[in-house]
Amino acid sequence: MASRKFEPTNPTVKWVEDRLPILGLIYSSVGGGYDTPRNLNYWWNFGSLAGFMLVVQIVTGIVLVMHYVPDINLAFDSVQHIRRDVNYGWLMQSIHANGASMFFIVVYIHILRGFYFGSYKSPREILWFLGIIIYLLMMATGFMGYVLPWGQMSFWGATVITNFFSAFDFIPFIGDGLVEWLWGGFAVDQPTLNRFFSLHYLLPFVLVGVVILHIWALHIPGSTNPLGIDANGPYDKVPFHPYYTAKDAFGLGVFVIFFAAFVFYIPDFLGHPDNYIKADRLKTPAHIVPEWYYLPFYAILRAIPDKLLGIVAMFASILILFAMPWLDGSRIRSMRFRPLSQIFFWIFVINGLFLGYLGSISPDDILWFGFEAIVYAQISTLYYFAYFLVVMPVVSRMETTLPVPTSIAASVLEANKKG
Amino acid sequence: MTTHDDVVEERRNFLYLATGAAGAVAVGGAAWPLIDQMNPSKDVLALSSIEVDLTKIPEGTSAVFLWRKNPVFVRHRTEAEIARARADDNAPDLVDPEADEDRVQRPEWLVMSGVCTHFGCIPLDQQGDFGGWFCPCHGSHYDISGRIRRGPAPANLPVMEYTFLNDTTIKIG
Amino acid sequence: MMRNIKIKGLLAAAIAFTTMTNGSQAATEEGLKTPERNEYSSTGVFGKFDHASIQRGLQVYIEVCSACHSLDLVAFRTLEDVGYSEDEVKAIAIEYEYTELDEDGEETFRTGIPADYFPAPFANDNQAKASNNGALPPDFSTIVKAREHLSFLPWNSVYGEDYIVALMTGYEDEVPADAPEGFVLSPGTYYNHYFSGNAIAMAPPLFDDMVSYADGTPATVHQMAYDVANFLAWASDPTMQERKELGLRVMLFMIVFVILLYFTNKRVWAKVKKGEDIDPSKL
Repeated sequence: MASRKFEPTNPTVKWVEDRLPILGLIYSSVGGGYDTPRNLNYWWNFGSLAGFMLVVQIVTGIVLVMHYVPDINLAFDSVQHIRRDVNYGWLMQSIHANGASMFFIVVYIHILRGFYFGSYKSPREILWFLGIIIYLLMMATGFMGYVLPWGQMSFWGATVITNFFSAFDFIPFIGDGLVEWLWGGFAVDQPTLNRFFSLHYLLPFVLVGVVILHIWALHIPGSTNPLGIDANGPYDKVPFHPYYTAKDAFGLGVFVIFFAAFVFYIPDFLGHPDNYIKADRLKTPAHIVPEWYYLPFYAILRAIPDKLLGIVAMFASILILFAMPWLDGSRIRSMRFRPLSQIFFWIFVINGLFLGYLGSISPDDILWFGFEAIVYAQISTLYYFAYFLVVMPVVSRMETTLPVPTSIAASVLEANKKG
Repeated sequence: MTTHDDVVEERRNFLYLATGAAGAVAVGGAAWPLIDQMNPSKDVLALSSIEVDLTKIPEGTSAVFLWRKNPVFVRHRTEAEIARARADDNAPDLVDPEADEDRVQRPEWLVMSGVCTHFGCIPLDQQGDFGGWFCPCHGSHYDISGRIRRGPAPANLPVMEYTFLNDTTIKIG
Repeated sequence: MMRNIKIKGLLAAAIAFTTMTNGSQAATEEGLKTPERNEYSSTGVFGKFDHASIQRGLQVYIEVCSACHSLDLVAFRTLEDVGYSEDEVKAIAIEYEYTELDEDGEETFRTGIPADYFPAPFANDNQAKASNNGALPPDFSTIVKAREHLSFLPWNSVYGEDYIVALMTGYEDEVPADAPEGFVLSPGTYYNHYFSGNAIAMAPPLFDDMVSYADGTPATVHQMAYDVANFLAWASDPTMQERKELGLRVMLFMIVFVILLYFTNKRVWAKVKKGEDIDPSKL
């Protein structure tokens, strides 16, 4: 199926289209004019789900700002006011707070989909970079949003995270004042809350901009697919609409049920009870943990006993994603045909979850065989980096791969024959 | 004659219609909370009545109170003012005809909204061509009963809901 | 191959699940007991507030707890949600006195109205500490949520209501045998099995028959603790019932909608899925 152009027959639509071809743009981006590999599986739903979550967060966020007060004496109460008195305020607040977690769940799956099916490989490197930038922006936005309710975890999370930057105090001229510059004072305080509020409102719109670039970059080569081969044959593609709009809509429906279960029945499951206590700058909570989506990186940070090196390792663990297109030297994109890579990939996933677990407990907790958690965190951190720096470059260049189908259409017929 | 294809086509259309309709319900259902959250919240609605001590308002003066964040005029009228208000009950220039008697519980106490019915400004006390109130924003003249007599305002200043708790105290709201 | 991925994915999820459950367990502090689970009508998908118990709990709060603990975020008007009539709410509110400055700057007193919030027992935190042996009695508005530790495994979760009941009934007159080794109770504190560190600055606040319930329920310590826990659970999360009721409607609708979407999707893909549109000779 060749690409089609948007050709309106209705004279009014045509009149508009001749002057502002916006419908044509939509048609060729997510409509019948965008051809997509016909064999995308449900792991490909998570891109559109991430887009959905961004919209949900922006819409509910704008609503919450209509009631929230960014004042250290009133912020906590204003959130409670939203939950108690504002019409459907409890719903908006629950959607927004749980939505952050949902957004990260979706994006993590989206990223790992990219890992498994080689979505970062040529010619999609810039698409991949933009994705990493989106992820970094999400982390920053999520962190600053968590500070706004001004509970105990908000305050102490903000204190700890901003203190990361005190590790850079060796830098001449700027190092010393860096943290105070972030705070606008000598501790996390009113100026900090105000600037976090400002940036928490701003960054999602920056995110929208980067997402548009991400989608633009996607539309140049088009989506990759589970087979990882280029979709060039006459029957390799189907129009995005109605095929993937229908599939994405179904996936979205299932996802909304999952989301709604949290919003309506366990709204506080992913939160922390200490954030129901007003911030107290004289009392640190006994067990301070970041939100779950930062836990693996928190574990990497704590695995390294040196303050500066810990920070460097934590940032490096994300920035290393930028090097993936070159670390992976395989000629084949999809891990379906790379059995050894597959094994290391799943170990990487489990290792990441394990790091998350380690991030949630105290580093001196005694785990199996009498070793402290920090020992396991160090082993896990080692594997995390080894996966990128050793496993990926070596295995991708050495392993014996399985035979790859000649075309997508051929593989569809093949699968059909097998029944 | 019905072919197999027609049957399939029809079912397909029904399915698509049903899905589309459910989608529209979903969007509508999601939109309602977003709209309703802008309505006054429960704590705002709960802001209830105020009590006014009438002994502090000498005859021939007005006082202004806030009720639900809006000004309320309480005028202690003189005999002459009451007579003037009653005399104008049938004046030809009444835009929104109303008898003065219907606007007061006790003739000496006029308790009404202090928000001009034009665009919401606060009229000035004892000004204008009718010895009542005058709204400086767009020139509406109200008489001593708070009735609109000249200018763009479409209606009289609304009488408040209030009750006399005793001879010297009223409760507004 | 697809199935293979799914199995591995499930495996990874299962491993994550089991490891996480260890982590979310309540702190395994020596000497600290885990609160027992009680029955509440508010739990579960169809949970409803137990108005009778909440009303008794309000009585306990007013007569006992409110001497030290504020309830800043709860307005009298909201009591209508737990079964009180408008007049009953007015009668509760009028018992409280509020200080205001009149237009001449003079302090005046007025009685409470439904729009008022429960007044705090102390002027500020410092006064509260000074009156309580240096310990600050926490505000009760969100206390049940603030004491709730949820785990992936429901039976490992600690609920705020249970914590309150356990704390109220967990006092010991003397340091018991199962206290942490070498435990010494510092002056002005009391031994409690459920309080972190086992030494709590609050004296046992409840005694049998401390209040007399209008409905004739015997006012045992456990009963009062249970009722006040129910009251505070409502105070922490007053929209719980509305939330679950709307949730049920959303869920039922979404299930129908998803079924429709499933068949629509299947219908759209019917021919393409099987490759019926492909002309093998042109590949």
